[in-house]
Amino acid sequence: MTLKILAVDDSFTMRGLLEQALHEAGFDVDLAEDGQHGLERLPESDPDVVITDINMPRLDGFGFIEAVRADRKHRGLPILVLTTESAETLKDRARKAGATGWIVKPFDEEKLVAAIRRVAAREI
Amino acid sequence: MQDASVLEEPNQREIVSFRVADQDFCIDIGHVREIRGWSETTPLPHTPEYVKGLVNLRGNVIPVIDLAHRLGLGHTDPGERHVIVITVCEERIAGLLVEAVSDIVTVDCAEMKHPPSLTSSAAREVVEGVFVIRESLVRMIDLARVLPSEAEVSE
Amino acid sequence: MTNRESLKAGFFQECEDLLETMSDSLARVELDAADHDAVNALFRAVHSIKGGAGAFGLDALVTFSHAFENLLDDIREDRVAARGEVMQLLYRAGDRMHDLVESEQNEQDPTQWQQQDGEHAALLDAISEACARTGHDDTGSEQAAEEGFVPMPLAIEMPGLPALDAPADDDSSGGHDGDDRWRITFKPLKSLYVLGNDPLPLIRALSTLCPLDVKADLSGLPPLGEMTWDEAYLSWEITPGDDCSAEEIREIFEFVVDDCVLELDRGNAQTPDRPSEKENPSEQIQASPATEALVVQAPGDAATSRGVRGASGQQAPRQSIRVDLDRVDRLINLVGELVISEAMLSQSLSEGGKFRDPAVEGALGQLKQLASELQERIMAIRAQSVKSLFQRMSRIVREAGHATGKEVRLVTDGEATEVDKTVIERLADPLTHMLRNAIDHGIETPETRRVAGKSPQGMVRMTAGHRSGQVIMEIADDGGGIDCDAVLSRAIERGLVSPEASLTTQEIYNLLFEPGFSTAQNVSNLSGRGVGMDVVRSEIQSLGGRVSIDSTLGQGTTVTISLPLTLAVVEGMLVEVAGETLVVPSSALRETMRAEAGMIHRLGPCDLVLSMRGTLIPVFDLGASIGERKMPLDINGMPVLMVETAAGMMIALTVDRILGQREVVIKGLSENYGLVRGIAAATVLGDGRIALIVDVDQLAQNAGIALEDSAARLTA
Repeated sequence: MTLKILAVDDSFTMRGLLEQALHEAGFDVDLAEDGQHGLERLPESDPDVVITDINMPRLDGFGFIEAVRADRKHRGLPILVLTTESAETLKDRARKAGATGWIVKPFDEEKLVAAIRRVAAREI
Repeated sequence: MQDASVLEEPNQREIVSFRVADQDFCIDIGHVREIRGWSETTPLPHTPEYVKGLVNLRGNVIPVIDLAHRLGLGHTDPGERHVIVITVCEERIAGLLVEAVSDIVTVDCAEMKHPPSLTSSAAREVVEGVFVIRESLVRMIDLARVLPSEAEVSE
Repeated sequence: MTNRESLKAGFFQECEDLLETMSDSLARVELDAADHDAVNALFRAVHSIKGGAGAFGLDALVTFSHAFENLLDDIREDRVAARGEVMQLLYRAGDRMHDLVESEQNEQDPTQWQQQDGEHAALLDAISEACARTGHDDTGSEQAAEEGFVPMPLAIEMPGLPALDAPADDDSSGGHDGDDRWRITFKPLKSLYVLGNDPLPLIRALSTLCPLDVKADLSGLPPLGEMTWDEAYLSWEITPGDDCSAEEIREIFEFVVDDCVLELDRGNAQTPDRPSEKENPSEQIQASPATEALVVQAPGDAATSRGVRGASGQQAPRQSIRVDLDRVDRLINLVGELVISEAMLSQSLSEGGKFRDPAVEGALGQLKQLASELQERIMAIRAQSVKSLFQRMSRIVREAGHATGKEVRLVTDGEATEVDKTVIERLADPLTHMLRNAIDHGIETPETRRVAGKSPQGMVRMTAGHRSGQVIMEIADDGGGIDCDAVLSRAIERGLVSPEASLTTQEIYNLLFEPGFSTAQNVSNLSGRGVGMDVVRSEIQSLGGRVSIDSTLGQGTTVTISLPLTLAVVEGMLVEVAGETLVVPSSALRETMRAEAGMIHRLGPCDLVLSMRGTLIPVFDLGASIGERKMPLDINGMPVLMVETAAGMMIALTVDRILGQREVVIKGLSENYGLVRGIAAATVLGDGRIALIVDVDQLAQNAGIALEDSAARLTA
């Protein structure tokens, strides 16, 4: 069974990059365009790992993570946030919201896989 | 471009030869899109005389060049036996009015010789080289030079 | 195109949208500095551009957007108010973002002109200064340390470089001798599980570095009855096989350092002896109080509530797909052919007398309707609102105002008006020129305006709208208007008109479109770049449009452009001349009539005029104009088309037969052939034959001197 990743990002480019990198790494990928859309996609997508951007319209990454964590079902769901630089404040706020880890943009496939490997319950 | 690359010998290319004013000419088959019978053209004003006019090719408007006229071999009075060779060159589509298409031949590029000193300077301008096929001279046409240049389009 | 290239192309497409959002939000922020949604949208747009730029290694763009983002962050956190100078700065930063994206897209090296261009550095400085006033001075370099936070080593993917906090002579990179192996004690805290982390993948990830010896410590496990469901009781003793550096190990535990007790020991009993923190391979990492303090600084709640607030008000993401323009154009061509085939079918049926069959007639009518609706819908795909164009123009106005020292406000209306994409692209240059003209030559200096009793701030109004099947765009300024006497004397000076000619006001305005005309006393830097209104006119005409000027002295000037809705279909009058069928665009056609003996006057050996309602109109034979025949000697009884050139001149065209009005599909000549003087394009008729579409203005120009001579004679 391949791992399923739900990637949430409002940037068309970033979604494309994520999709490509994740596909090449052999994962199944679902995409959502913002936090709100991510919440809507979540039940059907049923991912092993969620990757989310922070700055998004409608519902941002923090709000998205909080909403996911508020649902008992997703308490243990690994959520990685995408941050553009090593902004520790963002990471910390993301942690407060319930993020599992982070990926620093720009990322490469290796970095991405390493981060997923460290949080995915099922073996890659 | 789907020209010589399909052939086994890298130096070989397929050409389409045709007759114009009792002489043989040819172009690379990769440039030929189709061959159709003569149909009346719509004349274009303010253009060189060898531009016969426009024809409708399935909704596309294509200029037709009287090749004989272009080569300085006198103008053609087209009739039912004449054909238009539809060519593509640098994304431009154009028709060449010729007497008849004679053959498709495989030639060796290395065998192409410099054009002999021809009578007309117009011909020298558009003839790239010469092949000897079955004892007759076949002149290779440089398509890019057949159509009038931007400056010549509207005289 | 490789995947990455296509993603990059996609990024630039996205940038277009983002830059549009940016301009939009800037305008909203200017209206209301407290509009948080607008500031957020602005921030996101810049942030997204930065993200993509980073992914493709566009460093100049990353650096600039980072600085811009910092300023925006200050604004959204209410540390800086988006007013006055800061607002101007935001606009300039926005403009620079446009430039940077454009130069990256054109693969110019942006650093090249940045270095030459002191403005860029000055702008970056100004931005950092605006931030600095709030004590937030991180602009170019990405320093997380600004927050007093020591970053964890992230530099693992840079072999050959020492990691951030690893000593260069670190012997911990391992493998020196068997005793030097690390021993890891890992005790997860409850929070580790809460955040979705799990010891298993961590240990598994560690095992990909080197073979492990893992022992679970069950000693902390209470009797079953005393267990709390979400408490963490287990810990692990992990001994990596070899060749595992402390950095690599810490990297694995990067996400959980605050949620566990992690001890790294080297060898056996030596560890406690190590002197300093830095060099001590035994390091305890635990949730630090520093982190807690930081949370207060940046309350997550505020951010979250802001994020959520937009949820109700903002619209859902647009549902759209990106389609290669070539595909759309292929579709347009196919539909054009379909329409032609339908016309051919209809014609041959009617010639064959099959139209008497009502079933055939009905089906054909339906086919016709479907084909034309299909055509309309497909054309609509190419249509875009003029909004992005207007946004670009607002920048032109700002820059032109700045350059001339005039205060100018741009007011726009009808941004939602949709026009063919190609038209929009090709309108940018003429509009730019017209706006510069309006500001340079139209709007007066603030002093002059005050004297004239006007507001010192000039206004340029740009509007777009649909009117009777045409797109109408207007650029109106409230400046000094056109001084007819000055224009006329200039034209006489330049030999454009004879000194004796008496011209109507409209004719004088039209002189402005003559090549090489310039009214400014001294040609300014701004609009006097050798491009005149003649270029504007020819560009508009090449789009099938027309341009005209109206002005009131002292009150301002209005330039009006009218354009066809689509570039693909034109309504025209089919006429027959010398055995050929030609199309005269209806936009130029004023009326049709038959020449009668009493109206025809001979001015010279070959110059004819028609007298109509008191005016004399020069006559040209359409066949002669396109070189198909000589001007007929007697035009009595010939059908005449009265056409008006864009310059406002009426001319009469004689033809052999008027066949009727029809919409025709434009087939460009330039793709396969080139531009032909006097001919705008071609079309395919119902019977498959080709008809040429006449370019009335060029015809008039072809007639050239003859026309002007007769005009001069007429008006003299």
